[in-house]
Amino acid sequence: MFRHGIKSGVAIAIGYAPVALTFGLLAKSTGLSLMDTTLMSMIVFAGAAQYISLNLLSLGTGPFEIILTTFILNIRHFLMSASLNEKAENDSLWKKALYAFGITDETFSVASMKQGTVSASYMFGLIFISYSSWVINSAIGHIVGAYLPESVQVSLSVALYAMFVGLLVPAVKTERKALWLAVCAGAINCVLLLWLNVPKGWAIVISTIISAICIQWVVEKGKETEYAQ
Amino acid sequence: MHSNIFLIILGMGLVTYIPRMLPLTLFHRIELPPFWRGVLRNVPYATLGALIIPGIFLIQDDPWFGIFGFTSAVVASWLGVNITGVVLISVLVLTVYTTV
Repeated sequence: MFRHGIKSGVAIAIGYAPVALTFGLLAKSTGLSLMDTTLMSMIVFAGAAQYISLNLLSLGTGPFEIILTTFILNIRHFLMSASLNEKAENDSLWKKALYAFGITDETFSVASMKQGTVSASYMFGLIFISYSSWVINSAIGHIVGAYLPESVQVSLSVALYAMFVGLLVPAVKTERKALWLAVCAGAINCVLLLWLNVPKGWAIVISTIISAICIQWVVEKGKETEYAQ
Repeated sequence: MHSNIFLIILGMGLVTYIPRMLPLTLFHRIELPPFWRGVLRNVPYATLGALIIPGIFLIQDDPWFGIFGFTSAVVASWLGVNITGVVLISVLVLTVYTTV
Protein backbone atom coordinates (compact mmCIF):
# COMPACT_ATOMS: atom_id res chain seq x y z
CA MET A 1 0.00 0.00 0.00
CA PHE A 2 2.94 2.30 0.70
CA ARG A 3 4.10 1.78 -2.90
CA HIS A 4 0.59 2.36 -4.19
CA GLY A 5 0.60 5.65 -2.29
CA ILE A 6 3.91 6.65 -3.83
CA LYS A 7 2.61 5.87 -7.29
CA SER A 8 -0.50 8.01 -6.72
CA GLY A 9 1.69 10.84 -5.47
CA VAL A 10 3.86 11.18 -8.58
CA ALA A 11 1.52 13.72 -10.17
CA ILE A 12 1.58 15.77 -6.95
CA ALA A 13 5.36 15.64 -6.79
CA ILE A 14 5.58 16.92 -10.37
CA GLY A 15 3.04 19.65 -9.66
CA TYR A 16 4.79 20.73 -6.46
CA ALA A 17 8.20 21.05 -8.08
CA PRO A 18 7.72 24.40 -9.85
CA VAL A 19 5.67 25.83 -6.99
CA ALA A 20 8.34 24.88 -4.44
CA LEU A 21 11.21 26.05 -6.65
CA THR A 22 9.52 29.42 -6.97
CA PHE A 23 8.89 29.51 -3.24
CA GLY A 24 12.58 28.89 -2.59
CA LEU A 25 13.55 31.65 -4.96
CA LEU A 26 11.07 34.14 -3.47
CA ALA A 27 12.12 33.22 0.06
CA LYS A 28 15.70 34.00 -0.89
CA SER A 29 14.75 37.38 -2.32
CA THR A 30 12.68 38.08 0.80
CA GLY A 31 15.84 37.53 2.83
CA LEU A 32 15.20 34.13 4.39
CA SER A 33 18.24 31.92 4.88
CA LEU A 34 18.45 28.53 3.21
CA MET A 35 17.80 26.93 6.58
CA ASP A 36 14.71 29.04 7.34
CA THR A 37 13.34 28.39 3.87
CA THR A 38 13.79 24.64 4.15
CA LEU A 39 12.49 24.60 7.71
CA MET A 40 9.35 26.46 6.70
CA SER A 41 8.62 23.91 3.99
CA MET A 42 9.38 21.08 6.44
CA ILE A 43 7.29 22.40 9.31
CA VAL A 44 4.38 24.17 7.61
CA PHE A 45 3.98 22.21 4.36
CA ALA A 46 1.27 24.49 2.96
CA GLY A 47 1.96 26.27 -0.31
CA ALA A 48 -0.41 29.21 -0.30
CA ALA A 49 0.24 30.06 3.36
CA GLN A 50 4.00 29.98 2.83
CA TYR A 51 3.78 32.32 -0.17
CA ILE A 52 1.62 34.79 1.69
CA SER A 53 3.86 34.69 4.75
CA LEU A 54 6.78 35.80 2.57
CA ASN A 55 4.72 38.70 1.38
CA LEU A 56 3.79 39.64 4.95
CA LEU A 57 7.37 39.24 6.18
CA SER A 58 8.65 41.61 3.52
CA LEU A 59 6.00 44.12 4.56
CA GLY A 60 7.24 43.86 8.14
CA THR A 61 3.98 42.37 9.44
CA GLY A 62 4.00 41.15 13.05
CA PRO A 63 4.28 37.46 14.00
CA PHE A 64 0.72 37.33 15.32
CA GLU A 65 -0.83 38.55 12.05
CA ILE A 66 1.29 36.14 10.03
CA ILE A 67 0.26 33.18 12.16
CA LEU A 68 -3.39 34.25 12.17
CA THR A 69 -3.39 34.62 8.37
CA THR A 70 -1.87 31.15 8.08
CA PHE A 71 -4.60 29.76 10.32
CA ILE A 72 -7.40 31.39 8.32
CA LEU A 73 -5.91 30.15 5.07
CA ASN A 74 -5.48 26.59 6.30
CA ILE A 75 -8.73 26.15 8.21
CA ARG A 76 -10.06 24.47 5.06
CA HIS A 77 -7.94 21.44 5.92
CA PHE A 78 -10.25 20.88 8.89
CA LEU A 79 -13.06 20.14 6.48
CA MET A 80 -10.83 17.94 4.33
CA SER A 81 -9.61 16.01 7.35
CA ALA A 82 -13.21 15.43 8.48
CA SER A 83 -14.14 14.20 5.03
CA LEU A 84 -11.09 11.96 4.75
CA ASN A 85 -11.92 10.49 8.15
CA GLU A 86 -15.06 8.97 6.59
CA LYS A 87 -12.84 7.05 4.16
CA ALA A 88 -10.00 6.29 6.56
CA GLU A 89 -9.38 2.77 7.79
CA ASN A 90 -9.36 2.25 11.54
CA ASP A 91 -5.62 2.63 11.91
CA SER A 92 -4.17 3.43 15.30
CA LEU A 93 -4.59 6.97 16.50
CA TRP A 94 -0.92 7.93 16.34
CA LYS A 95 -0.68 6.86 12.70
CA LYS A 96 -3.69 9.00 11.81
CA ALA A 97 -2.26 11.90 13.79
CA LEU A 98 0.98 11.47 11.88
CA TYR A 99 -0.42 11.40 8.36
CA ALA A 100 -2.80 14.24 9.26
CA PHE A 101 0.30 16.44 9.03
CA GLY A 102 0.48 15.75 5.31
CA ILE A 103 -3.08 16.70 4.38
CA THR A 104 -2.93 19.35 1.69
CA ASP A 105 -5.39 20.28 -1.05
CA GLU A 106 -3.51 17.93 -3.33
CA THR A 107 -2.92 14.87 -1.12
CA PHE A 108 -6.52 15.13 0.10
CA SER A 109 -7.88 15.26 -3.44
CA VAL A 110 -5.86 12.27 -4.60
CA ALA A 111 -6.71 10.20 -1.51
CA SER A 112 -10.41 11.06 -1.76
CA MET A 113 -10.66 10.00 -5.39
CA LYS A 114 -9.06 6.65 -4.62
CA GLN A 115 -11.39 3.65 -4.82
CA GLY A 116 -12.32 2.11 -1.47
CA THR A 117 -10.87 2.95 1.89
CA VAL A 118 -7.64 4.79 2.70
CA SER A 119 -5.05 3.11 4.92
CA ALA A 120 -2.28 4.76 6.88
CA SER A 121 0.43 3.10 4.79
CA TYR A 122 -1.16 4.41 1.59
CA MET A 123 -1.23 7.90 3.09
CA PHE A 124 2.38 7.60 4.20
CA GLY A 125 3.45 6.73 0.65
CA LEU A 126 1.36 9.50 -0.89
CA ILE A 127 2.64 12.08 1.57
CA PHE A 128 6.23 10.86 1.51
CA ILE A 129 6.70 11.59 -2.19
CA SER A 130 4.70 14.85 -2.13
CA TYR A 131 6.47 16.12 0.98
CA SER A 132 9.91 15.18 -0.34
CA SER A 133 9.27 17.04 -3.58
CA TRP A 134 8.02 20.07 -1.65
CA VAL A 135 10.93 20.28 0.78
CA ILE A 136 13.75 19.37 -1.61
CA ASN A 137 12.55 21.69 -4.36
CA SER A 138 12.13 24.57 -1.89
CA ALA A 139 15.79 24.16 -0.99
CA ILE A 140 16.86 23.82 -4.63
CA GLY A 141 14.88 26.95 -5.51
CA HIS A 142 16.75 28.87 -2.83
CA ILE A 143 20.15 27.58 -3.96
CA VAL A 144 19.82 27.70 -7.74
CA GLY A 145 17.16 30.34 -8.28
CA ALA A 146 14.85 30.14 -11.26
CA TYR A 147 16.93 28.79 -14.08
CA LEU A 148 14.01 27.24 -15.91
CA PRO A 149 13.24 29.03 -19.17
CA GLU A 150 10.50 31.61 -18.75
CA SER A 151 8.00 29.83 -21.02
CA VAL A 152 8.39 26.50 -19.20
CA GLN A 153 8.05 28.21 -15.84
CA VAL A 154 4.88 29.95 -16.91
CA SER A 155 3.33 26.81 -18.37
CA LEU A 156 4.27 24.76 -15.30
CA SER A 157 2.03 27.01 -13.23
CA VAL A 158 -0.94 25.11 -14.65
CA ALA A 159 0.32 21.75 -13.33
CA LEU A 160 -1.60 21.53 -10.07
CA TYR A 161 -4.81 22.80 -11.67
CA ALA A 162 -4.45 20.20 -14.40
CA MET A 163 -4.08 17.59 -11.69
CA PHE A 164 -7.31 18.72 -10.00
CA VAL A 165 -9.10 18.54 -13.35
CA GLY A 166 -7.61 15.10 -13.98
CA LEU A 167 -8.96 13.92 -10.63
CA LEU A 168 -12.41 15.37 -11.13
CA VAL A 169 -13.18 14.33 -14.71
CA PRO A 170 -13.16 10.52 -14.15
CA ALA A 171 -15.49 11.01 -11.18
CA VAL A 172 -17.80 13.16 -13.29
CA LYS A 173 -17.87 10.46 -15.97
CA THR A 174 -19.23 7.87 -13.53
CA GLU A 175 -21.39 10.09 -11.34
CA ARG A 176 -23.39 13.12 -12.47
CA LYS A 177 -23.60 14.35 -8.88
CA ALA A 178 -19.84 15.04 -8.85
CA LEU A 179 -20.26 17.55 -11.68
CA TRP A 180 -23.02 19.43 -9.88
CA LEU A 181 -21.01 19.54 -6.66
CA ALA A 182 -17.97 20.93 -8.43
CA VAL A 183 -19.80 23.46 -10.62
CA CYS A 184 -21.92 24.68 -7.72
CA ALA A 185 -18.87 25.12 -5.45
CA GLY A 186 -16.89 26.79 -8.24
CA ALA A 187 -19.69 29.26 -8.93
CA ILE A 188 -20.08 30.17 -5.26
CA ASN A 189 -16.30 30.48 -4.95
CA CYS A 190 -16.30 32.98 -7.85
CA VAL A 191 -18.91 35.12 -6.16
CA LEU A 192 -17.09 35.02 -2.80
CA LEU A 193 -13.61 35.71 -4.20
CA LEU A 194 -14.22 38.11 -7.05
CA TRP A 195 -17.29 39.94 -5.87
CA LEU A 196 -17.37 39.84 -2.06
CA ASN A 197 -13.57 39.78 -1.62
CA VAL A 198 -13.68 36.93 0.92
CA PRO A 199 -10.17 35.66 1.81
CA LYS A 200 -9.24 32.62 -0.28
CA GLY A 201 -9.08 30.12 2.59
CA TRP A 202 -12.57 30.98 3.81
CA ALA A 203 -13.98 31.19 0.30
CA ILE A 204 -13.03 27.55 -0.35
CA VAL A 205 -14.48 26.42 2.98
CA ILE A 206 -17.76 28.31 2.53
CA SER A 207 -18.33 27.32 -1.09
CA THR A 208 -17.51 23.68 -0.35
CA ILE A 209 -19.89 23.50 2.62
CA ILE A 210 -22.78 25.24 0.84
CA SER A 211 -22.41 23.07 -2.24
CA ALA A 212 -22.00 19.81 -0.31
CA ILE A 213 -25.05 20.48 1.87
CA CYS A 214 -27.34 21.83 -0.87
CA ILE A 215 -26.62 19.01 -3.31
CA GLN A 216 -27.06 16.43 -0.55
CA TRP A 217 -30.37 18.02 0.36
CA VAL A 218 -31.52 17.95 -3.26
CA VAL A 219 -30.48 14.30 -3.56
CA GLU A 220 -32.38 13.27 -0.42
CA LYS A 221 -35.44 15.27 -1.51
CA GLY A 222 -35.29 13.47 -4.83
CA LYS A 223 -35.23 10.12 -3.08
CA GLU A 224 -38.20 11.06 -0.90
CA THR A 225 -40.34 12.02 -3.87
CA GLU A 226 -39.32 8.78 -5.59
CA TYR A 227 -40.55 6.80 -2.58
CA ALA A 228 -43.72 8.88 -2.36
CA GLN A 229 -44.69 8.09 -5.92
CA MET B 1 13.52 41.03 8.72
CA HIS B 2 12.35 39.37 11.90
CA SER B 3 14.96 37.84 14.12
CA ASN B 4 12.33 35.53 15.55
CA ILE B 5 11.61 33.95 12.17
CA PHE B 6 11.98 30.48 13.62
CA LEU B 7 9.20 31.14 16.12
CA ILE B 8 6.96 32.43 13.34
CA ILE B 9 7.59 29.26 11.34
CA LEU B 10 6.82 27.16 14.39
CA GLY B 11 3.58 29.05 15.01
CA MET B 12 2.58 28.71 11.37
CA GLY B 13 3.27 24.99 11.55
CA LEU B 14 1.17 24.61 14.67
CA VAL B 15 -1.92 26.44 13.38
CA THR B 16 -1.66 24.47 10.14
CA TYR B 17 -1.30 21.11 11.84
CA ILE B 18 -4.13 21.44 14.36
CA PRO B 19 -7.00 21.74 11.83
CA ARG B 20 -5.47 18.88 9.85
CA MET B 21 -5.21 16.64 12.86
CA LEU B 22 -8.33 17.28 14.97
CA PRO B 23 -11.05 15.65 12.82
CA LEU B 24 -9.01 12.53 12.08
CA THR B 25 -8.28 11.93 15.74
CA LEU B 26 -11.36 13.34 17.52
CA PHE B 27 -13.94 11.85 15.16
CA HIS B 28 -11.96 8.61 15.19
CA ARG B 29 -14.92 6.42 16.09
CA ILE B 30 -17.86 8.77 15.84
CA GLU B 31 -20.80 7.65 13.71
CA LEU B 32 -22.44 10.62 12.04
CA PRO B 33 -26.10 10.71 10.93
CA PRO B 34 -26.51 9.56 7.28
CA PHE B 35 -27.23 13.05 5.98
CA TRP B 36 -23.94 14.43 7.33
CA ARG B 37 -21.98 11.42 6.17
CA GLY B 38 -23.36 12.15 2.73
CA VAL B 39 -22.31 15.77 3.03
CA LEU B 40 -18.76 14.78 4.01
CA ARG B 41 -18.63 12.38 1.09
CA ASN B 42 -19.62 15.27 -1.18
CA VAL B 43 -16.81 17.46 0.13
CA PRO B 44 -14.01 16.18 -2.17
CA TYR B 45 -15.93 16.94 -5.39
CA ALA B 46 -17.04 20.34 -4.13
CA THR B 47 -13.50 21.13 -2.98
CA LEU B 48 -12.10 20.22 -6.38
CA GLY B 49 -14.62 22.56 -8.00
CA ALA B 50 -13.62 25.41 -5.69
CA LEU B 51 -9.92 24.71 -6.19
CA ILE B 52 -10.22 24.77 -9.98
CA ILE B 53 -12.73 27.60 -10.43
CA PRO B 54 -11.90 30.43 -10.78
CA GLY B 55 -8.19 29.82 -10.04
CA ILE B 56 -7.22 28.17 -13.32
CA PHE B 57 -8.58 31.09 -15.33
CA LEU B 58 -6.65 33.63 -13.27
CA ILE B 59 -3.12 32.14 -13.45
CA GLN B 60 -2.15 34.58 -16.17
CA ASP B 61 -3.64 37.90 -17.23
CA ASP B 62 -4.24 36.29 -20.61
CA PRO B 63 -7.54 34.38 -20.15
CA TRP B 64 -6.71 32.03 -23.05
CA PHE B 65 -3.85 30.60 -21.01
CA GLY B 66 -6.27 29.18 -18.46
CA ILE B 67 -8.84 28.22 -21.06
CA PHE B 68 -6.30 26.21 -23.07
CA GLY B 69 -4.87 24.62 -19.93
CA PHE B 70 -8.33 23.71 -18.66
CA THR B 71 -9.53 22.34 -21.99
CA SER B 72 -6.46 20.20 -22.59
CA ALA B 73 -6.71 18.75 -19.09
CA VAL B 74 -10.42 17.98 -19.51
CA VAL B 75 -9.95 16.38 -22.93
CA ALA B 76 -6.93 14.33 -21.86
CA SER B 77 -8.57 12.96 -18.74
CA TRP B 78 -11.89 12.38 -20.55
CA LEU B 79 -9.97 10.19 -22.99
CA GLY B 80 -8.69 8.16 -20.05
CA VAL B 81 -5.11 9.46 -19.80
CA ASN B 82 -3.73 8.88 -16.29
CA ILE B 83 -3.24 11.75 -13.90
CA THR B 84 0.50 12.23 -14.51
CA GLY B 85 -0.15 12.21 -18.24
CA VAL B 86 -2.87 14.84 -17.86
CA VAL B 87 -0.47 17.13 -15.99
CA LEU B 88 2.30 16.68 -18.57
CA ILE B 89 -0.02 17.20 -21.54
CA SER B 90 -1.42 20.46 -20.13
CA VAL B 91 2.06 21.77 -19.38
CA LEU B 92 3.19 20.79 -22.88
CA VAL B 93 0.20 22.45 -24.57
CA LEU B 94 0.81 25.68 -22.65
CA THR B 95 4.55 25.60 -23.33
CA VAL B 96 3.72 25.45 -27.03
CA TYR B 97 1.10 28.18 -26.62
CA THR B 98 3.43 30.56 -24.77
CA THR B 99 6.37 30.02 -27.14
CA VAL B 100 4.35 30.35 -30.35
